[in-house]
Amino acid sequence: MKSMYTLATAAAALMAMSSAQAEDMTIVSWGGAYSASQQAAYHDPYMKLNPDVNIINDESSNEAVAKMRAMAEAGNITWDVVDVVAADAIRLCDEGLAIEIDPDKDLAPAPDGTPASEDFGELLVSPCYIPQIVYSTTFGYRTDVAEWGGKEPEDLCAVFDTETFPGKRSLEKRPINNVEWALLCDGVAPDKIYDVLSTDAGVEQALAKLATIRDDVIWWSAGAETPQRLADGEAVIGSTYNGRLFSVIEEQKQPVKMLWDWQVFDLDGWIVPAGLPEDRLKRAMDYIYFATDTQRLADQAKYISYGPARKSSAPLVGKHAELGIEMAPHMPTDPNNAKNTLLYNYEWWADNRDDLDAKFQAWLAQ
Amino acid sequence: MSNAQASDAGVISADGVPLKVSLARALRRQKIRALMLIAPLLIFVVISFIAPIADMLFRSVENSIVPDTLPKTVVALQEWDPASNEAPGEAIYAAMHADLVIAAEQKIHTRVGQRLNYEAPGVSSLFRKTGRRVDRMEPGNYKEQFLAIDKDWGNVEIWRTIHRFSGNYTSGYFLSAADAELTPDGIELVPENERIYLTLFVRTLVLSFTITLTCALLGYPIAFLLSNLPMRTSNMLLILVLLPFWTSLLVRTSSWIVLLQQQGVINDLLVSIGILDDQNRLELMYNQIGTIIAMTHILLPFMILPLYSVMKTISPSYVRAAKSLGANDWTAFWKIYFPNSIPGIGAGAILVFILSIGYYITPELVGGTSGIFISNRIAYHISSSLNWGLAAALGVILLALILVFYWLYDKIVGIDNVSLG
Repeated sequence: MKSMYTLATAAAALMAMSSAQAEDMTIVSWGGAYSASQQAAYHDPYMKLNPDVNIINDESSNEAVAKMRAMAEAGNITWDVVDVVAADAIRLCDEGLAIEIDPDKDLAPAPDGTPASEDFGELLVSPCYIPQIVYSTTFGYRTDVAEWGGKEPEDLCAVFDTETFPGKRSLEKRPINNVEWALLCDGVAPDKIYDVLSTDAGVEQALAKLATIRDDVIWWSAGAETPQRLADGEAVIGSTYNGRLFSVIEEQKQPVKMLWDWQVFDLDGWIVPAGLPEDRLKRAMDYIYFATDTQRLADQAKYISYGPARKSSAPLVGKHAELGIEMAPHMPTDPNNAKNTLLYNYEWWADNRDDLDAKFQAWLAQ
Repeated sequence: MSNAQASDAGVISADGVPLKVSLARALRRQKIRALMLIAPLLIFVVISFIAPIADMLFRSVENSIVPDTLPKTVVALQEWDPASNEAPGEAIYAAMHADLVIAAEQKIHTRVGQRLNYEAPGVSSLFRKTGRRVDRMEPGNYKEQFLAIDKDWGNVEIWRTIHRFSGNYTSGYFLSAADAELTPDGIELVPENERIYLTLFVRTLVLSFTITLTCALLGYPIAFLLSNLPMRTSNMLLILVLLPFWTSLLVRTSSWIVLLQQQGVINDLLVSIGILDDQNRLELMYNQIGTIIAMTHILLPFMILPLYSVMKTISPSYVRAAKSLGANDWTAFWKIYFPNSIPGIGAGAILVFILSIGYYITPELVGGTSGIFISNRIAYHISSSLNWGLAAALGVILLALILVFYWLYDKIVGIDNVSLG
């Protein structure tokens, strides 16, 4: 009986403690170097300005959509701000799991007074979404492959040219990006890609092109796999996020180079879950206002090679905080890197993702 | 007299109540007390385990989102003949307009769009687009206005999909999970280039059998050694068995990647001692071999431990008796020792088989394309495509398969023959 009583007091004490720390704010992101860059550029300065707020990092962005749906069904939203890619943001907005944002009211204008809606421009792909960075999915290749006889890949189609550039390729285990690249190298004009893909014959064509290198492909499902394979020599050329390749090349000094040709731009940014209580919602919006202003977005680029989503941030991008190298040339948006680019077509993929994924997985399993 | 009375009312206890009744009452009291003792556990299991699973499984047939969001359209569509090759008339478009105005206000039109998009690609953006403009429509002439927003509103296929999935319950998820679909001509298999789940179910079963078999083949000698060595040495060896068991699953899987990849330790070693040519390195992973090797290693303790605990109880005097009666080493083992150890094999096999049938992290990392399991697709539909209905249907089928195998096992081996020692 006595131990029961102690237990009950302990539980009451715990509950009292958690309500005393009501200023905890849970921010969900991807973990690793990416979360570290957000900690340095956003969280730490914000907590300095607001000493009563304590930011807790949760590394669940990978399954954020599923978890948010489960939280909404359970009626217990434990997250305050969530970092997701644009496709997930669109899904969350469609499901009513994220709140809509009014960019001009909820976000800071640029230093010269340009309203946020113009500063972000066309990158505001969903009414619930505040983009932070532009990243790209692109290729890296090893520079020391003996069989290549001193040649180096110059364009995307080198990926499909196993005669000149033999060796294993590392590609993502999903159709997105791969089918676009396959069609580009099969002679389809860039602006016709989604028209072609909308037909059964177009999907066949893309898969047939991918089939030409199928025996040389190792598929990846986590972004860290390609950098690892390139570093081990397990693959000679492979696709991944440009920030991952930056760290292989500049931080780990591996003999790897970037092949920026036809990189696919995508966005990463914030959403605020629907159904937050008033006080938490206010704090989340206050954080968003701070963390997405021009200077903060430019600051993040000091720690990781992703381009800020605001136009006004670009001129403020400086040197890497530790390596001391200029970051601008490593940004996917740098004019030298962005000669040929594709912008992820959110609308088309929102419609066709499930269908094409079924076909792609069936093709893989054959 | 008293004898007749006793036979009429049965034996009577001291307080005048028939003994049977009083006994039953006492037993009932005991039963209730026992039930109260386990009640916390029972409630816990029901709330935290059985109810969520039942809820999840129920999603495999649940479809109320369509009739709830589009109630008028669903009723109006009863009048329409899906076999006709014409889009429905004005009345149905008017009903759709009335439903969408309410849905768009509550911002739920996109949810039903997403639900129907699983069945017909394109519905998602159609609903999103229409929801934005539906409150600006003029009254009357709705068909024309819908078609002005998107000509897909005139597509018979879209209306057929809405018609087909307008009930509160659907078999659609289960059909998809079996690579089939409901067409106007009845149930048909989907086109060959979209079939995947049947292949994956078969592969999951075949690979799980193989893994169980390799675990048994590798685990049996180890367990035999463990149970027949002196305590000191066997304890040392047991720690070696348990050590990987305590190590993180991801760490063990990653170490297999380091060992097995083409530029990995095993290939490097074989090349350096000249068995392999540098150009012809073995492909030991990103295929079924990789999955089998890594999963056999990871699940091996689940085979060794039950085997060990059963073998510990086999008295050495049985084998000695057999030998003293003239059996040679092999006969004594095969006729006496092995039959006694079968309950351990049974327990280990069930554990390994059921665990491996639901595995997905290891196959995802080392399985490439030919070594992945059905669980990988379930995980994909839960966390990525958000098609929880399909994930639930796949889960139900997997659960049913396990129960069938359990039943078969009971028939063939007998579940009483399973022992954990």
